[in-house]
Amino acid sequence: MTKLRFGIVVFPGSNCDHDALTVCQSLPNAEAKLLWHKQADLEDSDVIILPGGFSFGDYLRAGAIARFSPIMQEVIRHAKMGKPVLGICNGFQILCEAGLLPGALLRNQHRRFVCKMVTLKVLRTDTIFTSEYHEGEILRIPIAHGEGNYFAPPELLDEMEDNGQVIFKYCDAKGEITDAANPNGSMRNIAGITNKEKNVLGMMPHPERAAEALLGSTDGRRLFESLVQRATLQAM
Amino acid sequence: MLFKAKVLVTLRKSILDVQGKAVLHALQSLSYTGVKSARIGKYIELEIEADTLEAATAVTESACKKLLANPVMEDFHIEVEELSDVHRS
Repeated sequence: MTKLRFGIVVFPGSNCDHDALTVCQSLPNAEAKLLWHKQADLEDSDVIILPGGFSFGDYLRAGAIARFSPIMQEVIRHAKMGKPVLGICNGFQILCEAGLLPGALLRNQHRRFVCKMVTLKVLRTDTIFTSEYHEGEILRIPIAHGEGNYFAPPELLDEMEDNGQVIFKYCDAKGEITDAANPNGSMRNIAGITNKEKNVLGMMPHPERAAEALLGSTDGRRLFESLVQRATLQAM
Repeated sequence: MLFKAKVLVTLRKSILDVQGKAVLHALQSLSYTGVKSARIGKYIELEIEADTLEAATAVTESACKKLLANPVMEDFHIEVEELSDVHRS
């Protein structure tokens, strides 16, 4: 059986690329490689991951310059064909800048960089990224960002919620979505969203940093497994 | 001809400017009680080779829409002037 091919884009300043690579390479029926941002070829990748970090030093705005790297033309084409694209942290910021996801990520409301374990609620399991989770499940996944305050106009947020595009929200340990559990001021506690077609996911928390028991949580691992699981089902 | 474009990028009015708010509080704690608002933005200077002022302005506007500002969260303001030889850097 052919393996699911993950392509992880490396920008100058990416720093979670190898974490994502390690997780993807550890999955059964998957292979993964790094793709330099200057290349205009995705090398037959099935799933594109835009990893976390500080591409181009976050100059101008987080993700604003990376969005025009040569490889992004191909990533946009890949996404428009309905193929999976996952943006984590800086990758989420790049996807918003590229217009593949709605809204923008503002500076954290409390103005500080925040690096800690948070709890997230899985709102939708009918996506290729979350099929291995249970609806309403509470995940422990770390965040590490200075600009993760998700913003979109209220009408757009309503539309996104109606379409089932809001996938993860910050919650407390009991699963309640409260202001106290919101680590950065994101509107409606939003931690992760998809596009309308649900083949592009952006999230501020780092599932690749929660994929081994040694690192304190394995809750992020099933996000990658969901993608492999779907590919396996399709191949049968 | 060479033109200088000055671009000001600010957060949209509807968006809380947390940096500006912190600066406002700092100013007020320094007894600048007359200061009622502070907003922080970015200043970008471009030198542009173009035939006319209008053409240089059009280039600047296009650059703002494409890269320099994100319309979801920011507004921009442009001033373009011709650079005389003396002012060339």
